Order: sequence, then structure tokens, then C-alpha cells
Amino acid sequence: MSDNSLNNLPGGFKGMTHDMGSDQTAFKGVQWGKVMMWIFLLSDTFIFSCFLISYMKGRTSTVMDWPNTSEVFSLHVGNVPVPLLLIAIMTFVLITSSGTMALAVKYGYEKNRKMCGWLILATAIGGLTFVGMQVFEWSKLIHEGVRPWENPFGAKQFGSFFFMITGFHGTHVSIGVIFLFIYARKVFRGDFDNGKRGFFTTMKSDYVAIEILGLYWHFVDLVWVFIFAFFYLW
Amino acid sequence: MVNKIMDETQNKEQATTHKIGIYLWIWGLLFVLSFFSYMVDWFAFQGLLRWTLILIFMFLKAGLIMAFFMHLFWERYALVNVLLWPMTAIACFIILMAAEAKYTVFTRLLYFFIGG
Repeated sequence: MSDNSLNNLPGGFKGMTHDMGSDQTAFKGVQWGKVMMWIFLLSDTFIFSCFLISYMKGRTSTVMDWPNTSEVFSLHVGNVPVPLLLIAIMTFVLITSSGTMALAVKYGYEKNRKMCGWLILATAIGGLTFVGMQVFEWSKLIHEGVRPWENPFGAKQFGSFFFMITGFHGTHVSIGVIFLFIYARKVFRGDFDNGKRGFFTTMKSDYVAIEILGLYWHFVDLVWVFIFAFFYLW
Repeated sequence: MVNKIMDETQNKEQATTHKIGIYLWIWGLLFVLSFFSYMVDWFAFQGLLRWTLILIFMFLKAGLIMAFFMHLFWERYALVNVLLWPMTAIACFIILMAAEAKYTVFTRLLYFFIGG
């Protein structure tokens, strides 16, 4: 046991059995907060899966026609209806914000305070744009008469699944945006450079917090990938 | 020993950054894949072709985000496996509920329209 450097530990499945063995720290090279965030995201995955599975069940078992999402979510440009236009823009906005977040994590670890801060701010603004467009989408559908219990386009279950799934995702985005603004402020103030202690904790701030925040934000993007595929495209 | 690995963890966390190129590449790929999945709807592909394309683009995007943006590609297997194996439970749940849904729609058709 002369050399315990991470790079000299066995990798792959052999490494996994070593790490999981008795008298060992299971998650080597991973800060505890990051593990906690991953465990939370795992539980969140199960919640979103339950929603999407119940949507599958509801949509398969109804005897009425499911509304044609391509038409329901179309926007008129001039007089031409463009299918799913708003949803496509929302998808691109969310991916853009995911990209800026990934770069913010990178610059955070490089202790590039300014770049990290601006990129987190850009991510927050992307998220805010997304939520704004979702508000527009909801109010448009509500004006057209979509309710959780009925809608003019087809199977009645459509509304309840739509509001539940996109609403729960939108809540995640909104919470993420709030945290992004808080962390942008913390980065600009230099909390992560001088190790200022946090509000709820006596532990010193570290740029790993940006990666943990990033994990949450990428997860929100990840969930949207599945919602986009199953709810809007299917 | 544990302390030494903890120190190592600290050092590694601070040292590990990846070249900006990889992030930009993944970003670009995500844009292209999203564009492709939008095109599936644009050209109104139907049936098996539509579902296959949607699923392929979806899994590719999800994989890229998890592997590179969420850094799973660089994590040790202990974490990766803890995160990915529970997904099999979800897969089982999907299969069970799909079967259940088929049965529900069968009984509904039978009793609503034919009259059991």
C-alpha cells in the first residue's frame, strides 16, 4: 500500500469491486456533495419515469384518439402553421444553456472567476427564457380550452398528462434558475476563491459546488430530452 | 490511507479539467441531433420508422449529456454502476405497464363497444 494515488488504482469492474470492498470509501475521487446530488437525481429519475410511464399507460389504454401534438403545438408564422416550432426553440434554448453550464464548470475548476460567473449568468438567462416560453405555451393551450379534465382535440387524458409532466419539469427549471442566480452572485463575489463559508454550512466553499449545480442543470436538460421525444414527438 | 485518498480527491477535483474542444463538440452534436429529431416531425415520418428514429436520437442525446456534460465517462465504475443499474427496474416497470395498458384497452373495447 505504498501508492494510493487514484490513477494507480485498478479501473473498470475490477476497480469497482475494490472500491466497494470492505473497509473502503466506495466513491473514490468524488466529493460527497456530488454523490448526494447524484443520489437525488437518481430518485428524481424515478419520479419522472413514473410520470412518463403513467402517460404511456393512459395514452395506450384510452379508446379515444390521442390529440395530434404536431398540430396542437404548432405556431403560426404569418398564415403558415409551423409544427412544434415553439417546442423546437425551447429545446435549442435548453441545450444552449446546458452547454454554457458545462463551460462554467470547466472555467470554475480553472479558477477563472469572471468567465465562470458570466457563463452561469448566461445559463440562468437561458433557463428563464425557457420558463417564459413555457408560460406562453400553457396560456395559449388554456385559451384554446385545454384543461386537465377535457380538451377540444381528442382524448381527455391529454390535458392532465400535459400539465403534470411539463409543469413538474418547469418547476425543476425554475428552481434551477433561482440557484443559478444565487451561485452566479457567489462566484462573482469570490466565495469559491477565498473559501468563504456558506449560509447553511460551516464548510468552506469550493468550485466543486459549480459542478454539483451543473449536474442538476444537465439533468433538467436530460429530462427534457425524454419529454420532447415521448410527449411531443411520439 | 483513507485520508490520503481524500487528499487525492481534493487534488484531483482541482486538477481535472477537460479541453474546451470536447465540450464544444458535444454541444454541437446535441444541436445536430435535436435538429434531426425535429426533422422527424417536420417530414411527418410515420410508424416504425418514426419511433425508431425518435428513440435513437433520444438515447444518443441522453448518452452524450450524461457521459460528457455530467462527466460520467470520467468517473470510476463504482459510481457509474450505482447510477445505471437501477434503470433496469424502470425498464421492467415500462414492460409491465405496457402489458397492463394493452389489457385495459382490450377490456374497454370489449365492454364499451361490443358489450361483454
